[in-house]
Amino acid sequence: MTLTARTDRAAATPGVARGAFVRTLGLVVMIALLALVCVLSIMVGAKAIPPGDVIHALFSNNGSHDDAVIWDLRVPRTLVGIVAGAALGVCGALIQAYTRNPLADPGILGVNAGAGFAITIAVAFFGLTSPSGYVWFAFGGAAIVTVLVYLIGSSGPGQATPEKLTLAGVALAAVLGGASQIFTLRDPNLFAGMLSWSVGSIGGRSLALLGAIAPFIVVGLVLALFVARPLNALALGDELGRSLGARVGATRTLTIVAVTLLAGGATALAGPIAFVGLMVPHAVRWFTGPDQRWIIAYSMVGAAILLLVSDIIGRVVLPSGELRVGLVTAFVGGPVLIVLARRRTASGL
Amino acid sequence: MSLDLGRPVAVWRPRTGASHRVDRRALVVCAVLVSVLLVLGCVSLAVGTYHLSLGEVVAALTGGGDRRAHTLVVEWRLPRLLFAIGCGIALAIAGAVFQSLTRNPLGSPDVIGLDAGSYTGAVVVTLIIGSTRYADIALGSLVGGLLTAALVYVLAYRRGAQGFRLIIVGIAVAAMLASFNSYLLMRVDPQTALIVASWGAGSLASLGYAQLVPFAVALVVLLPLLVLVASPLAQLELGDDAARAHGLRAERVRLGAVLLGVAFSSIVTAAAGPIAFVALVAPQIAHRLLRAPGPSLVTSALTGAVLLTAADVVAQQIAVSTGLVTVTLGGLYFIWLLIREYRRS
Amino acid sequence: MTDHTLEAQGLTLAYDKRVISEDLSTHVPVGSFTAIIGPNACGKSTLLRAFARLLSPRAGRVVLDGRDIASRGAKELARELGLLPQTSLAPDGIRVADLVARGRFPHQRVFDRWSPDDEAAVLRAMTATDVLDLSGRLVDELSGGQRQRVWVAMALAQETPVLLLDEPTTFLDIAHQIEVLELFRSINLEDGRTLVAVLHDLNQAARYASHIIAMRSGSIVAAGAPADVITPEIVEDVFSVPCRVIDDPESRTPLVIPLVRR
Repeated sequence: MTLTARTDRAAATPGVARGAFVRTLGLVVMIALLALVCVLSIMVGAKAIPPGDVIHALFSNNGSHDDAVIWDLRVPRTLVGIVAGAALGVCGALIQAYTRNPLADPGILGVNAGAGFAITIAVAFFGLTSPSGYVWFAFGGAAIVTVLVYLIGSSGPGQATPEKLTLAGVALAAVLGGASQIFTLRDPNLFAGMLSWSVGSIGGRSLALLGAIAPFIVVGLVLALFVARPLNALALGDELGRSLGARVGATRTLTIVAVTLLAGGATALAGPIAFVGLMVPHAVRWFTGPDQRWIIAYSMVGAAILLLVSDIIGRVVLPSGELRVGLVTAFVGGPVLIVLARRRTASGL
Repeated sequence: MSLDLGRPVAVWRPRTGASHRVDRRALVVCAVLVSVLLVLGCVSLAVGTYHLSLGEVVAALTGGGDRRAHTLVVEWRLPRLLFAIGCGIALAIAGAVFQSLTRNPLGSPDVIGLDAGSYTGAVVVTLIIGSTRYADIALGSLVGGLLTAALVYVLAYRRGAQGFRLIIVGIAVAAMLASFNSYLLMRVDPQTALIVASWGAGSLASLGYAQLVPFAVALVVLLPLLVLVASPLAQLELGDDAARAHGLRAERVRLGAVLLGVAFSSIVTAAAGPIAFVALVAPQIAHRLLRAPGPSLVTSALTGAVLLTAADVVAQQIAVSTGLVTVTLGGLYFIWLLIREYRRS
Repeated sequence: MTDHTLEAQGLTLAYDKRVISEDLSTHVPVGSFTAIIGPNACGKSTLLRAFARLLSPRAGRVVLDGRDIASRGAKELARELGLLPQTSLAPDGIRVADLVARGRFPHQRVFDRWSPDDEAAVLRAMTATDVLDLSGRLVDELSGGQRQRVWVAMALAQETPVLLLDEPTTFLDIAHQIEVLELFRSINLEDGRTLVAVLHDLNQAARYASHIIAMRSGSIVAAGAPADVITPEIVEDVFSVPCRVIDDPESRTPLVIPLVRR
């Protein structure tokens, strides 16, 4: 029995699901659920459109007002939700695997502050007030901060432990947040715009925008699947992983690249959305066990479902107006995180 | 035969039943900090839109000098300087207490959601209750902060509130509150939202003696309580079992320390809005200056005073809220600290 | 006045829902070096923690010099019972003398933090544990054995008539184990302190202790002098290891030799 086979077997057995068949079945069920939620997302909204009309509009767009609502608002929204959700879920799974800590969230890496600061600069100094204008700044800002946090956290001889990364993330987030505020507090319009952006939303994003960002996210997702197997080996510790044939340095670098693409893409696309990256991989792990390949696959679908469901809830929960998805996930995710913290005796952050 | 403690110490025994031991290094460091504070104070009083010479400042302080200098120095700049010193002391102490309790440099009262709660309290008062009076906002932030801290403590309590759990629950609660604040702020007009957000950035501007007096009274009441908690806190650093074996009631001390830390932090937020990073950075700097174990409350307090006064001087020069200066510069310094520390270990 | 310093009377000890011991009664003779032995998870550390008042018994009580320890004030008890816990944290950057001085806490008051008595007690403790020449050094830089001696010095500086030691030799190599055990023996004999230690090594317990309490699954199987407790029958009962017991050629105390399985 080779060593890799033994890890595969070890990774394959724990968890409620035993065996590849049950897990594949589960994944199929999740994808079906996602399809259902997508349909719901297109059907539900402020304007009540009968289901029959919705289905009709999906197949033939004849320019009516309802069709515009569906094609210009709800379909892009749904697609953005899927893409951003998948990115967030997988990003969270990667970070949790990388830091070997189930309580890690992409938000702690200061990604949001980086994107926010970059946008502030874009709007304040370059006058780019439309999303298509500042989205690249957002992406760049998020990406630069992720890399910086990684560099700071891994400076010196020691490894990049979750505590080091979190400290670096908190510090950078604070600095960039403060710097952003220096500009926004002087300009009411800028302030209002940044305030609006700071609450994550999947509405109001055009298909063109999605088309521009999606390739990065797709690359990130592919990288994640590629790096899942080596991450399984690393879960046992770097030295043990190396003895099992995993290439530690390359794996860690690729993981960081994937995290950067996914976190940057999701934030540029939808703004800061908290807790999705934390909750979904955690919940998914209960079913799939510790095998990263399944965790990543399930997180991809599961986070998309969660994001769309949160968005739907946000659309219907208030008597008038909508509650943005960033708010919904914060109010749902916060209690979940608290419950998790109370149950675990996890080490480090 | 006297004990070699590995470094020079000063022992003071005025009579039997009273004794105290202090590192000579600590005495020197504190003396230097006080000197720096004096210099910064003079700069703060002399420099501004209208520059004054040192002589004019001293004259104004001692009762002489012309009317204009007197107004500038005593009525405008002095209360602000005293506020900066007082807030620096209070924040640093809160940070030192929390970092000792949680044994973690991230263990700052900011992290347990205190600042977020204070901000929510102020937001609620301004936007829901509709009052913009200083006293109302101060009260609202006090209540908001204390309720949040209590909530976080209760939620993190499970046969004791371990430091790590406290931090995670604090992060979760702070994130929820921040979202709630954003939601409320988005529902009002940008001008009002901006005013509230400006308070949230922490500012010492437009604070006069009327605001200083209640703050100073609170500080004077709280400081002596520190004496009761200082050495039990140091003892707790040995671990719960060892500390309890020495006759410490661990949970009681922890609760008392948390309450004090919260109190120190809350009075600052009530008076000036949330001022971040001083609580985190000042104790860290104090530790590096002293190179001694224990919470180092006095040195941290002086360091905090120096930091906040310096930040305030800078803030006044570039017309930015003091809180924003502490956040940006404090954050940058903290990052530098982290890198240096990681390089070393 | 009885000759029992520390006594457990009908103790029921539990953590949350898990009951470790029920109706446990035993005594620690005055001036003895008592070793509590038993297999893993037999409740020996739990018993020690109950003695140290780190764990409140669900039923029964611990009696020290005739009075229930639960009724004593915290600092008062700390002046009579010292504890060397299994895990302690040395604060970053603390020096040996400082750490030992922390043991004086039960004797200090808010404004009396470094009296001549404190200084003398620390000196005595450090001399007894032979760490005086390490006095100004950083605890982080010491070897395992040296560090353990410093922790023992801290417990000694507390100047308590009874000293409880939770697995004091577990992570030390053999040279350091012997070093520390010899130290305990001298503290016990010269100062007349009562020592209660949870020990892993049967033969070390037999050699150094004057009274042994053997536990299994939360109950006391036997208690008494080493010659009476370290017998093949009792050892097999407690540890499930068939053995024979001979006289240690060096110390003439019982020596356990596990039988070879055939």
